[in-house]
Parts: sequence; structure tokens; C-alpha cells
Amino acid sequence: MKGRIFSVVGGMFLLTVCSKGDGTVQAAPPAAQPVVPTADVSAAGGTITGKIKFTGTAPRNPAIDMSEEAACKAKYTTTPTEENVVAGPANALSNVFVYVSAGVPAGQTFTAPATAVVLDQSGCRYHPHVFGVMVGQNIEIKNSDPLLHNIKAIAKKNRPFNVSQPNANMTKTVTFAAPEVMVNLECNVHGWMHAYVGVRPDPFFAVSGPDGSFSIKGLPPGTYTIEAWHEKFGTQTATVTIAGTETKTANITFAAH
Amino acid sequence: MTAVWRFGGLAVGCAALLTAQPLNRLTAQDTTAGKTVYVKWCAGCHGDNGAGDGAGAKHMIPPPRDFTGAIYQIRSTPSGQLPTDADLLRSIDEGLPGTAMPGWKTRLSDRQRRDVVAYIKTFSTFFADTTQRPQPIAFGSPPGGGSGAEALRVGRQFYDSIGCRKCHGDQGRGDGPSAPTLKDDAGHPIFAANLHENWRFNGGGTVEDIYHRLRTGLDGTPMPSFSDLLEQKFLTDEQLWRVAQYIRSLAPRDAPAVRDVIHAPLTKTLPHAPDDSAWTAVDVYWFPLVGQTIHKERWFAPAVTGVWVKAVHTADSIALRVVWDDRSESPDTSWRTFVGRVFNALESDDSTREQPAPWPDQLTVQFPVSIPSGMERPYFLMGSSSAPVYQWRWSSAARTAAVPGVARGIDRFDPLSAAALGAQAVYDHGQWRVVMTRALASTDTASQLPFRTGRAIPVAFFASDGSNGEHGTRMAVSTWYFLALDEPVPARVFISPVLAMMLTLGLGMLVVWRAQQKTSYRRQQ
Repeated sequence: MKGRIFSVVGGMFLLTVCSKGDGTVQAAPPAAQPVVPTADVSAAGGTITGKIKFTGTAPRNPAIDMSEEAACKAKYTTTPTEENVVAGPANALSNVFVYVSAGVPAGQTFTAPATAVVLDQSGCRYHPHVFGVMVGQNIEIKNSDPLLHNIKAIAKKNRPFNVSQPNANMTKTVTFAAPEVMVNLECNVHGWMHAYVGVRPDPFFAVSGPDGSFSIKGLPPGTYTIEAWHEKFGTQTATVTIAGTETKTANITFAAH
Repeated sequence: MTAVWRFGGLAVGCAALLTAQPLNRLTAQDTTAGKTVYVKWCAGCHGDNGAGDGAGAKHMIPPPRDFTGAIYQIRSTPSGQLPTDADLLRSIDEGLPGTAMPGWKTRLSDRQRRDVVAYIKTFSTFFADTTQRPQPIAFGSPPGGGSGAEALRVGRQFYDSIGCRKCHGDQGRGDGPSAPTLKDDAGHPIFAANLHENWRFNGGGTVEDIYHRLRTGLDGTPMPSFSDLLEQKFLTDEQLWRVAQYIRSLAPRDAPAVRDVIHAPLTKTLPHAPDDSAWTAVDVYWFPLVGQTIHKERWFAPAVTGVWVKAVHTADSIALRVVWDDRSESPDTSWRTFVGRVFNALESDDSTREQPAPWPDQLTVQFPVSIPSGMERPYFLMGSSSAPVYQWRWSSAARTAAVPGVARGIDRFDPLSAAALGAQAVYDHGQWRVVMTRALASTDTASQLPFRTGRAIPVAFFASDGSNGEHGTRMAVSTWYFLALDEPVPARVFISPVLAMMLTLGLGMLVVWRAQQKTSYRRQQ
């Protein structure tokens, strides 16, 4: 990471320019990450919004047997289920990671927000289940359960890791050093626990909410490919052209299988 | 990288000094020599491109390391970091016990092994990334008193509190509630280690090795690093060492050695129950089992690694106690997904492989149909049509019954009347303990071996773990060993030496007395 030069370019973005000029950031141990200033991308630019839906019948989410973990089981009034396909009204699909996969000018770099994304382990489930971070952005993993969780990251472009949190209130801050969609996080003590994190070099990503809606803000004019990723239904893409500060709609539909 | 090159430079000595090159050239590493070694010795399992997909890969669980991801289990570095060159060299030198990876220290030269380290690093871009600098953990050394009761109590306390038992089980036999769900990064099934078999620990079985694995985790597997517990002061370093010492205490002091002949002492009463206290005084014998890889369908991933055997006999009966570790009391439906993963990971040589089913656990004890007079024994793998074998077959489906019969090859078993054979079984925290009993004499001497004292009776063992997909030819096998029923020792064996000693003493005293008589006679003269 040494040899990096930080410079402020323009009013909208803090651009981090790598001295090598290729804009890519190689994987590094978490401790080696520099603290970077916040990038505020929502102030201006175009917006892509849309709704994610699916056709067909959503598969049933398997019930989770938490009988081995009384402390987790006690946090539910009804039997918890896995979150493979979380559907809202009118076949809205949540937990879809939507991001700009092409169109951001090559070489343009963005600084990661200083605020960490919190990944909570509570009731033997991950909260949130799907989320995005920027390269170098802190993820604070915390354990709200009074029992052993291990957090294993399965990654190809980033260094995978596997750490344990046997006690409540343990925390660990990790970062990912290379863009990767998606890094899988799992707990092997509780085989049903999965979380997915999209690691992006820019802030142009979102996760669809309970009504299937998403919104990606602050896009400079240009033509973009957006990709939507779902853990069971795969990926879909759409192309959107932004001119100025307008808001464009890109609805995406998956086929359930 | 540089560390090993420095070491390499020292080892090569003057030659290296004479051909010394600038450091940047050295760190680039010449991998031509390493490739030659790799292609010859490693590619068969690890694949030409290091992706862990060589010809042998589909015949082993755990599968060979895929070098392209640079994810290594055995490291001195924190979880997520690359291994040091010394870490890689160690795995090559010592191999990974409990897996198909042998040690190469005596097979390849120092130079060859270092060259191959350099070469396998070329399979992943992470090693070329200069921001990736493995930083070994400063481990320290174990606190004293590690085998004392208080140390083990503390170790056990934290073994429970930090959740080891979730996978490794209450008694450490890899049978915890999460064990059936475990898989590695590639989705291959993986067993939680049986902590009683430290000679099979991938990274070595000493207290230090165990502590190192607790600190680093085994990357790519479900085993996490517990270092954060120390850094966030939930546990002291000494307490984590106590966990390692407790785990070490579960395994025997030394790895079991094979002794070929089971001696069955003569007792007054026959212990029928597996946990009868009479068994504690009887010598135990260990026999390793390996996968059945001769007949189709061959089996490369046996779950049962060995059996612990004791035998006693009375004047008219014999009892054989066989104990083995098995993570599941099969049939157990919670392991069905695991079996599916096992089948997916292994290449079958049957075009129509069975679907996972709730198979039981099985144990077969095998003898010849009669005690051979010479050296020749029937074929160890369940005999043949011309030279059948006599077997006792126990299954967890029946538990308190075992079926005697005659096998004429692996696929032909003719059961005989079960009346003569007794069986009792206990399943306890990942372990089966089975006792089988029979009269020494046999009314069917053509098929059912009569046991005789003072003779070496060939014996072999076969075991199947139904929850590992083992059924039919998919099993673990041993070769022939021997069972010897000790003869009653005649009373003269004990009396004769005493008589001889007394006689010698008496004669000696007589000689001394006579000599003293003569001396005093001369003085009087």
C-alpha cells in the first residue's frame, strides 16, 4: 500500500490515485490498510433506481433447527428459516446485490467511507445477510450471541480467513483489498449461517430492500452496465445511460428456480 | 521468500557465494528446477497447473491442495496470511499425517524440496504480490505442569467454553453436533479431527503443534483461528496452552505400534459386556485399517482408521473385544448430506453408484475355517471359492447379535446358525465397543474354526461406517494378524525355579561351611 498518493480531484469525489496508475488495489492483510477519508457520492450526479422481482414460485426456505443452541433459539418466537430467497409483496426480491459492473471510467479510483459496515451475528444468523463494501472499507464483525461462531471468508481475489468468536461482544474488523462479487462468509458451527459481501472499487452499489427496490446514486454522466446478483437465482444485467442529474429506472426480473 | 533464500544460501555454502547474485534476482527465484521435481513427483495428485486436480485427486478425501488459491492449512502465520517458505517446506518434509500426502524429507534432496517450494508459489499471484508479507506469530512455549490434573481441568474447562466440542465432540472424537455439516472451501466433506489420534493431525501431534493450530486455524477448513481470544483478553495465553495440553492428553503418549500377535490370556470367567471391569487388566492390541481398493467398488476414504483389540478365553470359550472410533451411531440421517458430499468428491468405478441410504456400521472379524498347518493362509480379503474364510459379522442394525458365516470372496457370504455366537455392543461418544463370544469347540469343524490354545490363529478385521457412505465393498480392511490363546501354565513352571534356587543356595552354604571348617582346622594345627 505504500507509495500511494492521495489527491483531491473535483468537488464531488475524493479520488485515490495509485502511483502505479492501474487503479487496482492488491490484497493485503487487514492491519496494513490505511485510514481513508469519507467519499460522499450522493451529493450530485445521476441515480439509477429500480425494483427487483422474480417470476415463478420461490422455493421454500428451509427451517433452521437451533435445538443445539438454546440461546439462539430463545431469540425467536417462531421457527427461524434460512434466507435463501426473501420475497416481498408482488414477488419483490430482497437481498439482491446490484452494482455497476461496467461504465465507470478505467483508472478512476474512489476512497472508501470511514464508517464501518457492521456485520452482526445474532440469533445464529448474520445481519445483514447481503451487503456491499468498498475496497479497504472496514467491516466490523461482532458476536451478539453467547456462544461460538466462526467467521470464514471464502474468496478468490481476496485472502480468505477463518476466525472464531466464542464469546459474546467479541468484535473483529476486517477489510477486503480487491474487488470481488461476492465474498462468501459462513459459520461452520452453524451450517445454515451464510452472508454475502460484494466488494467494489467504487461506491456504485446497493442491496434491494424488502420491497425489492434499490437505488444507486451519484453517477457521473455515462452509459453503465448494472449487474444484479442473487444467491440462488444467479445474475441479471441491464444497461442504463445517465446524462446529468436525472434518475433512471432499471427494473430487473429473475426467474425462480 | 528472502528468509528461505538466505537459508538456502547458507546450506549451499561456498557455491552460493561464488555465484552470488543481486538480491532482486534471487527473490525472483529460478523455478525451472522446481518444475522438474513438481512434474515428476507432485503433479499426479496436485495437477499440472497446481489446481489440485491431478489423476489421483478424485480418489482421496481430503483432496490434494489446490495451489492456485494459496490457501494453506499448516502455517505459522495468522489466518488469512500466506504461509512462510518454512511453513511450506515443513508440509513437504513431514507430509500431512492423516492424508494422502507423504513426507518427502528422505525422498528428495534439500535442494529439490526448496526448489519445489519456489515452484508451487508460482501457481498463485498472491505470492508475487509484494504487499503480502507473511508475519509468523511469536508462539512462546508451553507452561509447565501440562500433564497435571489442574492443568487438564483448566484445559477441559476452556475446551468446553470456547466451543471445541461443537465439532470435535464431548470426548474429542470428532463427533460434535456440527460435525455432519462440515465442508471445506471447495465444498468437499471434511471430518472434525478425532483428537484421540494425534498421530493423524495434519500439522503434527505435539502440544506445540496443537497450540499453533489453535492460533493460526487451518485455513480452507472449518477450523478457525482462536488468536482473537487472546488479543481481546477473553483468554490468557496460558489458558489456551492448557486447551492444547488437554487435547494432547486425549491421545496416547506414543502413536500405537502394531504387534502382530494378540495374546488371549486364560481367565476363570468370560467378560461378555464391553465395559466389564475384567477387560481393564487385559493387554490391548492396535491394528490399522485402510480402504478396500482391490475390488470394485474400491473405497479410498475409509472412516475407521484402526481397531483396538483385546481377547481372553476360559477353558471352554473365547471373548474378543473390538473397539473403534466412529463419529456416528449409524444409521443416522443427520449424516446423509455428508455422504452425498463424500460421493460427489470421489470418482466411482461403478457407473451406477448407490444413492446415500441409512446404512449401519459394521464390523467383521475373520479367521480361516481351520488353523493352517503351514505358512499359507486364505486370501486376506474374504477368502476365495477354493480357500474360504470363517467370519463373524456384527452390524449396528442388530447390535446384540452377530452372524457367523463363510465367505468365499468379497461378494459371497453364506451365513451359518447364529446361535453359537454372542455379541454385545456399546456406543459411547464416538466409539463402538463390541464383544463377541463363542465356545472354543465347534460342532461344525468344516466351516467354523475350532479354537485351540498354543496355536497362532490368523485373524483379520473389516469395518464400515455407514454414515460415511460405507456399505458392501466400501469399507476399511486390515491384513492378517494372529490370535494366540495362551495355554494354562502348569504349576511346575512356578515351583521349579523356586526349588532350583533353594537347592543352589543350600549347596552354596554347604560349600562355605565346609571351607570354614577346614580353615579353623588348619589354625588349630
